[in-house]
Amino acid sequence: MYSNIMVPVSLAHIDQIDKALKVAADLARHYGAKVHYVGVTSALPSEIAHNAEEYAEKLKAFAKEQASANNINAEPHTLISHDPAVELDLVLEHAEETICADLVVVASHLPSFADHLTGSHGGHLASHSQISVFVVR
Amino acid sequence: MTMSSEPQTPAAPSAEIDTDYLIGQDNIQPSIGPLKVDIHNPVFALTAGSVIALVLFCLIFDKIAADIFGALRPWLTTQFDWVFAISMNIFVIFCLYLIVSPLGRIKIGGKSATPEYSYPAWFSMLFAAGMGIGLVFYGVLEPLNHSLTPSFNQPGILDANGNVADAATVDAAIKLGMASTIFHWGLHPWACYSVVALALGIFAYNKGLPLTIRSAFYPILGERVWGWPGHLLDSLAALATLAGLATSLGYGSSQAAAGLHYVFGIEATIELQVSIIIVVTGLAITSVVRGLDGGVKILSEANMLLALALFLFVLIFGATSGILGIFVEGLVAYGVNLPALSNWVGRDDGYYFHGWTTFYWAWWIAWSPFVGMFIARVSLGRSVREFIICVLLIPTLACVMWMAVFGGTAISQLVNDGYTGVQQTIANWTPELSLFHMLELLPLPMFTSVVGIVLVLVFFVTSSDSGSLVVDTICAGGKVDAPMPQRVFWASFEGLIAIALLLGGGLGSLQALAIATGFPFAIVTVSMCYCIWHGLRTEPA
Repeated sequence: MYSNIMVPVSLAHIDQIDKALKVAADLARHYGAKVHYVGVTSALPSEIAHNAEEYAEKLKAFAKEQASANNINAEPHTLISHDPAVELDLVLEHAEETICADLVVVASHLPSFADHLTGSHGGHLASHSQISVFVVR
Repeated sequence: MTMSSEPQTPAAPSAEIDTDYLIGQDNIQPSIGPLKVDIHNPVFALTAGSVIALVLFCLIFDKIAADIFGALRPWLTTQFDWVFAISMNIFVIFCLYLIVSPLGRIKIGGKSATPEYSYPAWFSMLFAAGMGIGLVFYGVLEPLNHSLTPSFNQPGILDANGNVADAATVDAAIKLGMASTIFHWGLHPWACYSVVALALGIFAYNKGLPLTIRSAFYPILGERVWGWPGHLLDSLAALATLAGLATSLGYGSSQAAAGLHYVFGIEATIELQVSIIIVVTGLAITSVVRGLDGGVKILSEANMLLALALFLFVLIFGATSGILGIFVEGLVAYGVNLPALSNWVGRDDGYYFHGWTTFYWAWWIAWSPFVGMFIARVSLGRSVREFIICVLLIPTLACVMWMAVFGGTAISQLVNDGYTGVQQTIANWTPELSLFHMLELLPLPMFTSVVGIVLVLVFFVTSSDSGSLVVDTICAGGKVDAPMPQRVFWASFEGLIAIALLLGGGLGSLQALAIATGFPFAIVTVSMCYCIWHGLRTEPA
């Protein structure tokens, strides 16, 4: 049914997206799908990393940890944005063009993300692409 | 924008500062209704609280505030003229030194960093944030003003009876007038911006510290920057930015209303002015919601194109033949008079030196945390040398060209055509009308005046949106990914302050206070030069 599941993550809020991570892993095992963890950062220092390279390393470690803990196939995607607070378009473009995602699993708690996904952007996503969206509350 | 699925190879050996401080460790995440925010404790509260307190003070004790703050600014820029003059001179010398120094090879963001923005986008953003509005207002007025009453008490282009002086006097007055104008819009202000921007860029991108003002002082203050010295620096910078932006917007609305009145005959009522503030604030909110690339950059680029179009129009239909001469002679006169204009000892031309120069110096320095931080954010991947050349020399040349075209046309209209329209705006002190009076003598004045009004309004939006981003980042402890509603809050807050002070009086008082913050920042920014030098010396070669 699904072969590429995209999971937007915020490394600073991992504790708040626990449930979504579990749902994504369960679905991935069930359908034999690959999970793509997408994180957005800027080149500026953040609470996670001093620079984008360090962020990519941390996301890679996170994906590896998820893969072995849940026995799934996982891949990290670090996107660098000038303005990560308005990251949605960037993530969606990446989901469609690079990952060819057929399912997005997103935590409703993910700051300023799920709201947009279910709002007007969500409508855009629903009407213009083949991607299903699973908002985990 | 770059993407990588595979982690990139780590950058070349970095010179990151080894600190235990984590970005966001002092932040709190309270919920306001359905909104969650992420703000620095106590910088957010300190900034918002002191701004509210000051606004209330200016509103309730209108008279006292006008007396205190109104006197504070001229007192500082007269008594401490030497502090401003020396600081600004240091910035210019330091920047010129960096161009030739081997340190100029170092890249912002380290060896492997690549620029995020093209040259046109970069220039558009730094102009639109830093000087756009001023150029529109003073580009026409200031060259004429300084040609009428030049610095060093020299004779102007008109004699005592108001007749055009003899050719030699006119020639000398125009040269000195242009030099005196370029002095205020040339190397000095851009050097001031460069110092702040370079310091923040180096300490954020190369040293891994949060993008806030305090980070630049790590070489001096060490771990204490994360404590109260840092809180105060950041809050003062945010306060100055907010107060400066809000009062500019307040005044800007009456200036834009005056423009609308002049062009269309619409009554410049208080309702019209409030509507203008609401429209500008609404556009600024839309812009910050769309983000740096989707909002701020697009608006900046669009407005620079519009400015360029108006520039070319005036160049072609204005005093074309004289403009090239004014440009070249102005530039030469600037070089010749630079040492004398920069000198602060034994000046007896107080009208020019205190009325214009040190006032401008305080203003540019007070603006520099905002403009500098914004420039820093968009300058990743530029080498120090490239950075200084592009932020110091090229904008200076652009300003000279702008002044030569707009001011040169106004001067020629008075000297050659006997047209006193622009001169009247100096006599009545209505700088917001200078541009329209100058355009009146050129073809299609109605159309070009509308272009002028749009230009001013959009420059207000581009200052307001980039300013809100800067204030939000400072008040979020250097986080650039803080929740969106915070930016909306700052942009709206700015509009509300502007409306409150416009209706209740007190715009002048708060603006005087904002400019007065240039004094502490002058000293702060000089010490930034040392921090830059220290920071660059510890970068891997």
